[in-house]
Parts: sequence; structure tokens; C-alpha cells
Amino acid sequence: MLDVPDWAGHRAGQHLDVRLTAEDGYRAERSYSIGSPPGEPVAITVERLDDGEVSPYLTEELRAGDALELRGPIGGYFVWGPEDGGPLLLVAGGSGVVPLMAMLRHRRAARSDVPARLLYSSRTLEDVIYRAELDRLGAEVVHTLTREQPPGWTGYTRRVDAEMLREVAWPASEDPRVFVCGPTPFVETVAGTLVQLGYPPQMVKTERFGATGGR
Amino acid sequence: MEALDGNAIGGLLNEVFGEEMTTAHGACGNCGARRQVGELAVYLRAPGTVVRCPSCGSVLMTFVQVHEVWSVDMRGLAELEL
Repeated sequence: MLDVPDWAGHRAGQHLDVRLTAEDGYRAERSYSIGSPPGEPVAITVERLDDGEVSPYLTEELRAGDALELRGPIGGYFVWGPEDGGPLLLVAGGSGVVPLMAMLRHRRAARSDVPARLLYSSRTLEDVIYRAELDRLGAEVVHTLTREQPPGWTGYTRRVDAEMLREVAWPASEDPRVFVCGPTPFVETVAGTLVQLGYPPQMVKTERFGATGGR
Repeated sequence: MEALDGNAIGGLLNEVFGEEMTTAHGACGNCGARRQVGELAVYLRAPGTVVRCPSCGSVLMTFVQVHEVWSVDMRGLAELEL
């Protein structure tokens, strides 16, 4: 949770840039999606990367009360609000769920009746971010666990593919708002498959996270 | 190298142009494809930041920062409309 002086307020789906400057002047900058909904304090979710320049500092050394250099809120393309309508189809790979979570939280806080579905791909159940809260959002959440499943798991057990999207996604004829966020290969596969299923490319909004360096 | 997209440089573009640019529309000077900036292919780890057309791969924009000064090359764009 970040306390940002003069924060102008953000929209669901936006991100911010965190800049760290070392004593010798070396600077590293990374983008992090904002997980909190508009109107609430800014919260980012940081996944620690062992070989990262910024995430180890944010997850291990940063303490409550420390100051950070931030830039944001950023982005207008990958945003959604209840006024944009729906139905809302969200597809997340790993930490790509963070900006989509802001959309689902916003939808709930605004008491929007737009139908919402989240298809969320994780490696294992332990990797699922916001696991408990996802069940309380009033949205349909469909998990797929690609690497390891707990005993008795009845959900999907494979990477997102055409058959899964056909089962989960609304038909393009219902004019859904579609947001896909995750690592680049995940996003390309999902977006490409949705287009094959008949979604016009401009209907599918995408945000790619880098394999290294935050998002 | 894996491409990200225009969302990844929203902050950089904001710094250079002084406004939100991911919803701006750009037209490729090579193939003519029109896209929102958020959809463009972005390579962060080239020397500098390189923005390519997702349709034909042409370089649309490059951004290099030397000390505090941004050097911006937009010759690959036929059009950039806010």
C-alpha cells in the first residue's frame, strides 16, 4: 500500500512506474499494475524475481515509512469502468491478474451489474494471487492450474486453449469487453485464439508483462 | 527478444509528450496499419526503447535518453493522432 501525496486518482487497469536510484546514480525503473480500485489508496502487488533489480528491494528491503519515487497513474488503453459496460471477460496469466483485479474490485465497489468472468491461469494453487478474495467478488472465476493440482481438483489442468476459451468466453456476438494480461507468450496465444473464435482484434485489449523486470 | 506493448511505455510517453498517449492512434509509415499506441510492439532492452508496427515489424519510434535529455525518432510513423 502506497501513500502518495497529491495522487490524482487512478482508473482500474492503470499502472505506475517505480524508480530506484542507487548511491552511484544508477537508475532502474519498473512498471507495476495498481491492484486497488479507484477511490482507494494505491496498492501494487510485486512478484519477487530472483534476478530482478527492483523487485528484491521492494519485497525484502523496503519498510513501512520508506519513501519511493513514483510516476503515475499511467495508461488509458487498458482500463475499464462500469460505464464501459460489458459483459466483461478477463483472462489472466500469473501476476497479470493484478490490473484485472482492480477492474473486478471496481465493479464490486460500484455495485455494477455488468456480468464478469475471469479465466485465471496459474502454475499451482499456491501461485494464485488474491485467492480468497476472488471468491467474494460476485464474479465468475474459472481457474486453470497448469503445473500441479491439489487432490480432488476438478477445474482445468492445462494451458488456456481454444476449447477452454470456447467454454468460458461469451460469444463475440454479445459484444464483451475483453482484457487479457500476462506474460507475452500467454497474451499472444489467448488473443490469437480469441480472434480465431471470431472476436474482432480491436475487441481484445492486451497488456504484456515482461519475463524479467516487474511486469 | 520478447516484445511488450505500448502500455509498457505509457510513463515514458507521458514524460516525452506531456499527456496520456496509449489511447492515441498511430499509422505505420510502411504498411499503413492504424493502431492505438497501447497495441504497438515495444522492445525495452534494445539500445534505447524501440516501438515497432505489430503488422509489418517496421520501426515506428525510438526513444533514447542521454543524461536528462530524450532523443526521439518518429520517422517511421505516417501519423500520430491524439
